[in-house]
Amino acid sequence: MSVLPDTSIARNDSTSSIGIRTILLRWSRPLALLVLVLLPLAASDFVTFQLTMLLVYAVALIALNVLTGFTGQFSLGQNAFFGIGGYSAVIVVEHFHLSYLLGIPVAGVIAAIAGILFAFPALRLKGVYLALATFALGTTIPQLLKLDYIEQWTGGVQGMMIEKPMTPLGLPLSQDAYLYYLTLTIALGIYILSVNLLHSKTGRAMLAIRENETAAAAMGVDVAYYKTIAFGLSAAFTGVSGALGAIVIQFVSPDAYTIQLAVAIFLGIVIGGVGWLPGTIVGAAFIVFVPNVAESISKGLSGAVFGVLILLVIFVFPRGAQQVCDRLLGVEHKKD
Amino acid sequence: MTVGAARQLLSVEDVGIRFGGVVALDGVTFDIREREILGLIGPNGAGKTTLFNCLSRLYQPTNGDIRIGGRSILKCPAHAIVHEGIARTFQNVALFQKLSVLDNVKIGGHSRGPRSVTADVFALPSCGRRERELTAQARDVIEFLGLTEVEKKTVSDLPFGTQKRVELARALISRPKLLLLDEPAGGLNHEEVYALGDVIKHIRDRMGVTILLVEHHMGLVMSIADRVVALNFGRKLAEGAPSEIQTHPDVIRAYLGGDKK
Ligand SMILES: Nc1ncnc2c1ncn2[C@@H]1O[C@H](COP(=O)(O)OP(=O)(O)OP(=O)(O)O)[C@@H](O)[C@H]1O
Ligand SMILES: [Mg+2]
Repeated sequence: MSVLPDTSIARNDSTSSIGIRTILLRWSRPLALLVLVLLPLAASDFVTFQLTMLLVYAVALIALNVLTGFTGQFSLGQNAFFGIGGYSAVIVVEHFHLSYLLGIPVAGVIAAIAGILFAFPALRLKGVYLALATFALGTTIPQLLKLDYIEQWTGGVQGMMIEKPMTPLGLPLSQDAYLYYLTLTIALGIYILSVNLLHSKTGRAMLAIRENETAAAAMGVDVAYYKTIAFGLSAAFTGVSGALGAIVIQFVSPDAYTIQLAVAIFLGIVIGGVGWLPGTIVGAAFIVFVPNVAESISKGLSGAVFGVLILLVIFVFPRGAQQVCDRLLGVEHKKD
Repeated sequence: MTVGAARQLLSVEDVGIRFGGVVALDGVTFDIREREILGLIGPNGAGKTTLFNCLSRLYQPTNGDIRIGGRSILKCPAHAIVHEGIARTFQNVALFQKLSVLDNVKIGGHSRGPRSVTADVFALPSCGRRERELTAQARDVIEFLGLTEVEKKTVSDLPFGTQKRVELARALISRPKLLLLDEPAGGLNHEEVYALGDVIKHIRDRMGVTILLVEHHMGLVMSIADRVVALNFGRKLAEGAPSEIQTHPDVIRAYLGGDKK
């Protein structure tokens, strides 16, 4: 009940199938969690790696949902915060020889600062202009990471390696499985924080800004303040996700954080359903697996196949996974 | 009746605003007195909504001043105007369309209580407590306006007349001193207009709220307003008791020359 922005839906309970629907609605979350906990037990190291990346992207999608889904502010530059998070974590661990568990929150804080700094100019922009400004950020940051001046910290064009963390406390887990569960724990934490946010005064202020800025201001919502908070929080979560991604892939380089990544993240929230947090898992699965599927259909034309798949989803289910789920559960949206 | 004794709540002093070549308001001056219902009338394009937008700080007047208790509000940002005790509704309904009635009203109560980002994100006990208080307050207002049955409905699913009441609830929950109503009767049928008149009077009589009412429905204005200000082409035509305004030659001429009843 609590995870959907349930203000926007009306249940269409026909008595005949109410039982199954209620059960599905009530148990879908614990069930999904159970699957996520058990999956790596049956999976190879490579599949575990892929699942870990899926969770990494899920966090990045939750982060963009805070900004776009809740607050209505577009961003085509999430790769910047993802990259800042990745580099921060690697620098903390490799240059300062500090713990991975410290590198991740530090990455979040540094990305948050970057997000808040970016919010100041961004506050003056709306809609497509904001999208363009974030796009500019997304194209600039990977370039800056290549600069000679900071090469001793960033490894320049080459990038940097980072070692896989050891499983701590003698836990009976492979390194890959440990990383998976670490990522799952953090992803779950960020998911819960975002649900809390959505159902609070702060979250409602954000929704108000998304729906009608003028009316929000007239209600006493300080639009600039809450947009800044949205940018900061979104960047912090993206930074954490970037840090996890860097540790999982064991490598950071400017080319890993190009604007294509931002496009993938944007695509992910559309596929999952903008503003619908459970959809982030679906969006993330799309990012991780669909390019492979496209490749298996046609090696030479994988890009085109991928494009066609996207168009298909957008035309058939413009509200993404949320729409599919609503239809399966018989929940009706009266108005788009 | 109480004209002599009443204190002024807000004063509009020589307010003017232009948009490019259009002079939307030109030297408008009048006072709003405490606990009165002041009607603001005028033909289409007279500048009524523009004046509301100046009062709620969405527009910056090019000259003149607006004061509450002698203090100018023209330095105040739009989101701080609720703290000056001013709340409003919009002519074309500016609700948060995809949110529920309850959430809309709760956002109207945003100004009651401090910012609480950390408590909200971590769902600290203080957040839960304030949330319950706000919900209870919102339910009171929702009940007062007879919206309890549609409390969980998405606003965009409701008929226009109901949406207008939701907007009124959203404005009332902030406990304003001054309530600005921009054509609250627009789109309502005869009985609804009648009921609305009672609600507005109740808000003034029982809650002590001062009301500035923009309305084309003359029957409503003349029956509940204590005084009326008439605008035309951005200028004040006349000010006085409803009976005086109704028979004022300039007002009659403005309406006959205009395009509305
Ligand atoms: N933002 C704006 N930009 C340009 N012109 C504006 C703006 N807002 C108002 N105006 C102009 O100011 C004048 C007054 O408009 P306003 O909306 O205040 O009239 P009104 O008295 O509320 O009319 P109605 O009864 O039709 O609602 C009109 O000529 C309008 O075109
Ligand atoms: Mg108007």
